[in-house]
Amino acid sequence: MPRRTDISKILIIGSGPIVIGQSAEFDYSGTQACKALKAEGFEVVLVNSNPATIMTDPEMADRTYVEPLTRRYLEEIIKLEVERGVGKGMAVLPTVGGQTALNLAVELSDEGVLEKYGVKLIGAQLEAIKKAEDRLMFKDAMTAIGLESARSALVNNLKDGLDFSAKTGFPVVLRPSFTLGGSGGGIAYNREELLELLSRGLDLSPVHEVLIEESLLGWKEYELELMRDLADNVIVICSIENFDPMGVHTGDSITVAPAQTLSDREYQRMRDAAIKVIREIGVETGGSNIQFAVNPANGRMIVIEMNPRVSRSSALASKATGFPIAKIAAKLAVGYTLDEITNDITKKTPACFEPTLDYVVVKIPKWQFEKFPGADESLGPQMKSVGEAMAIGRTFKEALLKGVRSLETGKKVGSEQVEPRILTKRLVSPHPERLQYLRYALRNGYSVQQLSRMTWIDPWFLSQLKDISDEQIALGESSMEAVSAEQLRDAKRKGFSDARLARLLKAGDGQSGSETIRQLRKKHGVTPVYKRVDTCAAEFESHTPYLYSTYEEEDEATPTSKKKVIILGSGPNRIGQGIEFDYCCCHAAFALRDDGFETVMVNCNPETVSTDYDTSDRLYFEPLTFEDVMAIYEHESETGGEIGVIVQFGGQTPLNLALPLKGAGVPIIGTSPESIDLAEDRKRFGKLLEELDIPQPSGGTATSAEEALKVAERIGYPVLVRPSYVLGGRAMVIAYDEVAVREYMKQAVEYSQDRPILIDHFLEEATELDVDALCDGEDVVIGGIMQHIEEAGIHSGDSSCVLPAVDIPAHLLQTIREYTFRLARALKVVGLMNVQYGIQRDKVYVIEVNPRASRTVPYVSKATGVPMAKIAARLMTGRKLREFLPENVEKATDLGTGDYFYVKSPVFPWGKFPGVDTVLGPEMRSTGEVMGVGENFGEAFSKAQLSAGQVLPTRGTVFVSVSDRDKVQIVEVARKFVDLGFRLVATHGTADVLESAKMHVERVYKVMEGRPNVVDLIKGDRIQLIINTPHGVEPWFDEKAIRRAAITARIPTITTLSAAHAAAEGIASLQRGEIKVRNLQEMHAERGVLRK
Amino acid sequence: MEAILALEDGRIFRGKGYGASGECYGEVVFNTSITGYQEIFTDPSYAGQIVVLTNPEIGNYGTNPDDEESGKPYIEGLIVREFSRVASNWRSHQVADEYLERHHIPVLAEIDTRALVRHLRDHGVMRGVISTTEKDVEKLVARARSIKKMDGTDLASVVTTHEAYHWTKGEVVAQRQAEEPAEAGALHAVEKPAERRYKVVAYDFGIKHNILRKLVGSGCDVTVVPADTSAKDVLAMKPHGVFLSNGPGDPEPVEYAQKNIQKLMGRVPVFGICLGHQLIGLALGGKTYKLKFGHHGGNHPVKQLLTGKVEITAHNHNFAVDPDSLKQSEVELTHVDLNDNTLEGMRHRTYPLFSVQYHPEAAPGPHDSHYLFADFVKLMDEWKRK
Repeated sequence: MPRRTDISKILIIGSGPIVIGQSAEFDYSGTQACKALKAEGFEVVLVNSNPATIMTDPEMADRTYVEPLTRRYLEEIIKLEVERGVGKGMAVLPTVGGQTALNLAVELSDEGVLEKYGVKLIGAQLEAIKKAEDRLMFKDAMTAIGLESARSALVNNLKDGLDFSAKTGFPVVLRPSFTLGGSGGGIAYNREELLELLSRGLDLSPVHEVLIEESLLGWKEYELELMRDLADNVIVICSIENFDPMGVHTGDSITVAPAQTLSDREYQRMRDAAIKVIREIGVETGGSNIQFAVNPANGRMIVIEMNPRVSRSSALASKATGFPIAKIAAKLAVGYTLDEITNDITKKTPACFEPTLDYVVVKIPKWQFEKFPGADESLGPQMKSVGEAMAIGRTFKEALLKGVRSLETGKKVGSEQVEPRILTKRLVSPHPERLQYLRYALRNGYSVQQLSRMTWIDPWFLSQLKDISDEQIALGESSMEAVSAEQLRDAKRKGFSDARLARLLKAGDGQSGSETIRQLRKKHGVTPVYKRVDTCAAEFESHTPYLYSTYEEEDEATPTSKKKVIILGSGPNRIGQGIEFDYCCCHAAFALRDDGFETVMVNCNPETVSTDYDTSDRLYFEPLTFEDVMAIYEHESETGGEIGVIVQFGGQTPLNLALPLKGAGVPIIGTSPESIDLAEDRKRFGKLLEELDIPQPSGGTATSAEEALKVAERIGYPVLVRPSYVLGGRAMVIAYDEVAVREYMKQAVEYSQDRPILIDHFLEEATELDVDALCDGEDVVIGGIMQHIEEAGIHSGDSSCVLPAVDIPAHLLQTIREYTFRLARALKVVGLMNVQYGIQRDKVYVIEVNPRASRTVPYVSKATGVPMAKIAARLMTGRKLREFLPENVEKATDLGTGDYFYVKSPVFPWGKFPGVDTVLGPEMRSTGEVMGVGENFGEAFSKAQLSAGQVLPTRGTVFVSVSDRDKVQIVEVARKFVDLGFRLVATHGTADVLESAKMHVERVYKVMEGRPNVVDLIKGDRIQLIINTPHGVEPWFDEKAIRRAAITARIPTITTLSAAHAAAEGIASLQRGEIKVRNLQEMHAERGVLRK
Repeated sequence: MEAILALEDGRIFRGKGYGASGECYGEVVFNTSITGYQEIFTDPSYAGQIVVLTNPEIGNYGTNPDDEESGKPYIEGLIVREFSRVASNWRSHQVADEYLERHHIPVLAEIDTRALVRHLRDHGVMRGVISTTEKDVEKLVARARSIKKMDGTDLASVVTTHEAYHWTKGEVVAQRQAEEPAEAGALHAVEKPAERRYKVVAYDFGIKHNILRKLVGSGCDVTVVPADTSAKDVLAMKPHGVFLSNGPGDPEPVEYAQKNIQKLMGRVPVFGICLGHQLIGLALGGKTYKLKFGHHGGNHPVKQLLTGKVEITAHNHNFAVDPDSLKQSEVELTHVDLNDNTLEGMRHRTYPLFSVQYHPEAAPGPHDSHYLFADFVKLMDEWKRK
């Protein structure tokens, strides 16, 4: 069937900010869909609130709306686009933007919006979405086609619950109907627990009803990724088996592709079932994933659920097989059939086939519980990981160990902490560290059978771990001198890293140990070869160099002699190092490919655009460690062609490798690793600032508690205490007194290892700013000066900010420019640089300089319309800023944002970690960000708030409590709110000021003062907006209490006066009911900025 | 145990030996199926061949009596990347290593199987020797060159049954009833009951059990006869239909079968699979040719030309029927492989006769083409009414 002719324009809905469970994989799928549909000649319109994505690059769509993902905004976009003309027709594609897009599509349809504007839904039909998502409808559908679901019953009294459990046995799973976020659910292991949970559940359920289900804990868990076209051709792209059995969310499970422990009979039965499911649910075109549980004792198979859209698993399946699911799904949605589409990898065979693998893929999740002290670390039905690494090996063992080293836990190899005391607990209850406890147990004589009984993990997987463990023991008995070439090769074939071998063979720790092993390997001729991921197990020739390393005979990645650039990616997503860095790496690849370089990408994150096989000319899906990167470099440089390596785009991961790589003779292009190092070295950098006559908060370093206290005493409290070498502000605190410093030093040592603790005077009451700049070593252009709109002391990644700065006096902005220029030149920056400034009492201080890509580069690029990362990549190859931005260089002007304001706001994973302290501080904890665009600060601010899930109120009561510094100016702000119809509540000091300005104020105590206090009012739903600008240790405490209560109650909290003004403006426009949407292309065109 | 593979063109692969020790000889072919190694071992079509499996992890789920496609393994030897010494599956009776040792099949493991597959893809299938005893590679290469070529060899007569027999086993259903308690132990193959309304004579050129199970499951009463049974004897049995099975080797030298088919055509409904399909092609006056490296796998897209629908199919053939050699006035092409346009199915325009090159019975492989057994039944039904 050819392309549909009744559609000319397609609206693609993105997935919004990165949150746990909905991450970069939807940038990957959305980007693929945009590219595929544009290539088909459709007019592509995109909406996504997340500026850090490749999909929101202006080239990806004809019009890109970075606007809130709500029904009202989408309706406005649809209305506008329909008015512009839709050619033969307009459609919405909701299946590449995760659950967010799917839910929006349902809402748009239910509210009649699609019908009103004559817009079609493509990719999935409404009925199919509902049938797949509604638990009971889905179960009925499964029964109708003869498939089993978990046995369950809806009960409304205790007796029925007990009767059910008598039939199925314990444990049973309870899910109260219609409670928010599944609250009140749980697993009952005995009668007593059942009675307790069931009565609570019945109470909580507004309809007094609980779904009680047999437990499938411990069953084998599988996923199949399917595609279907309009001609009803169905193919299975990939089978995935979970290493962790049922009971752990698949996003938190180690997963393996293809399935390893199913015979053909069982696999085909599952395939037949999956095909029946996709047909019954009625997903007409596109991808779906279907999950199954299999009883290991007898093969009984249960359908768990289906996602009628592309998902995290389909991104993984795409990377695991080389089959681009989202791209093909987009083509199927517009009418093509699978046999009409060519397989990109073979270029000859059609996409209508089932990929076959001659390697094993392992995905391992990355958790960051250290960011959320107090969070429940056990793994269960709710996903908690923030990212994942994927590894490809010729065997499961090799893939697993490559995956483990891709995670970059930061812990030294072999020094993993295992507490024998809790061994049983760690084995029995799924936990992020279970794998290392399993390895420990095997080393200590536990048998595969024993472990299988405790963990329910399939004995085949465990016996693979046992092989690894046995090899490890054998190697431990050998030494550098004794180990044979054959033994070394065997170990490498099993996936052992050089670092691990160094430890086992007693060749020393760290960099030098790995290097010793590397040299030993080379001496013995034990070096990796590269194989291709080709969808067909070598049956057909592959034209796409999508590569992985292994220790085999034949190499299939003969390097070319073209001039080339290797771009080191950022590895698994984590807080502080997310999609923004992937964005920069992709841009480097795009720009340098255009400039005629062969681009070589190295990364191990399956969720990203950078690991799409057509983002770069050659893709190495490899861990980002010294060993693996060196091997790639040596391989690629064999031909002796011109070659350079980019380390400054992938965040801290490649930066950590910069000096060792340079030491090993690798040509790093752009800012020198020494400059990067200098900027991170307190003492040397302090000296440089002195020479440049640039002030910084006074500070010092310490390696003991006593030293730390001495430094703090000297520079004065409050102090900011942190370890050296950090990203995303890991383990930073603001200490107001001696006690806090002592406490920090007690806990911090394990993070700092041999590096000292840094102590700086904390610039209280300061306004903080972020600057991103480009430099070619001589000329400098500032991309943007972003003003933070949270109080000082909050990590820049967690702080909302606005571009351009809104209330910084011109002379201070000029100072910032001058400092930035001086710094860039002094550090001989070639590429990107980020500087954080604080302004305290009209004085500008440098807080931090990072001569590398920053988190804000995509945001600034979207706001200014200038692709900073692309220009930076070109500067690294020797081109000059004058070529790209002659006017800015000449006149020393910043890149502009025209007549618009752009606000960036963070989003936080609090919902996933109940009980965790929600107070913001110098430790970054947001997972993603959104951008709001407006003609004024207020509009941009309210949109950003809305996109981040904070709805500004249009009426009610505002709580106001400001520091003395702000007491003069608060009057004007408060009056605005009164004029907007709000009531005021204030603490005593603030109330005095407001009353003397003739405003009516209700008084309330501060938290420390007495009760009823502000927190009581928040909990009593009596406050709708909080304006609180604290400073000093007591307000700090107050602020924490207020913030905690506000987050629970989902009340917006504003912590600076500028943000308060913005909120008032935003609320005014909300009250007028105005909704304005704008697309990036037209905003950029208004200013005639370059878009390449 | 060290093991060596020597190919006729002199390429050598060294790895570890599992299964039986000793030496084996055959044409080296690769199979790209991810699952179903036991079915592959026991498929008689692999007689005379050493099989390389592209899935690197083999043996994981062991072996069991229900997944046998014939009485014993027919592959000459096995080549894998990683051979599991443990089996993990509730149906497993024996680990794959012991199973193959019991059946005297040598296994070469831990070699770069992908390199071997690429070699075969680029240079075509070739003869080879696996040895765990001989270390002199020159000698092994010489032995590889002395293996009788498959082209021109009638292997069907080697693997066929010597006696006719009656087959009654139906399809195996591996599903336990939901009501049974979960702890009732391992589940056994359960036969799906079916009424047997059609008498079918099946020529055994190397027939796979699952074809027989599918025929029985579709309502056939099946008698399996030796490859050289005459058309007269078959017609004397008054069958409702005749089935021509899959099998190893070159179809051309199997002339006796071609002649029998010519006598059966038009007199009784005929359905052929794989070698059976090629023999029909030859019987209709067409030609067969050898593919460079054959089709062996479970992921080939085959387009059904009558409906335009695509089936994902199981393949195992080194030879194919040349569509240009067929008289299009007599024969209608019904199925084509989308990867390389190989002819995969045809039917006669006037006679009740159709055949497919691939394996609708799967085992191993996807079940998309099971409908062909129903088609055969329908054909017999229509013929019966005439």
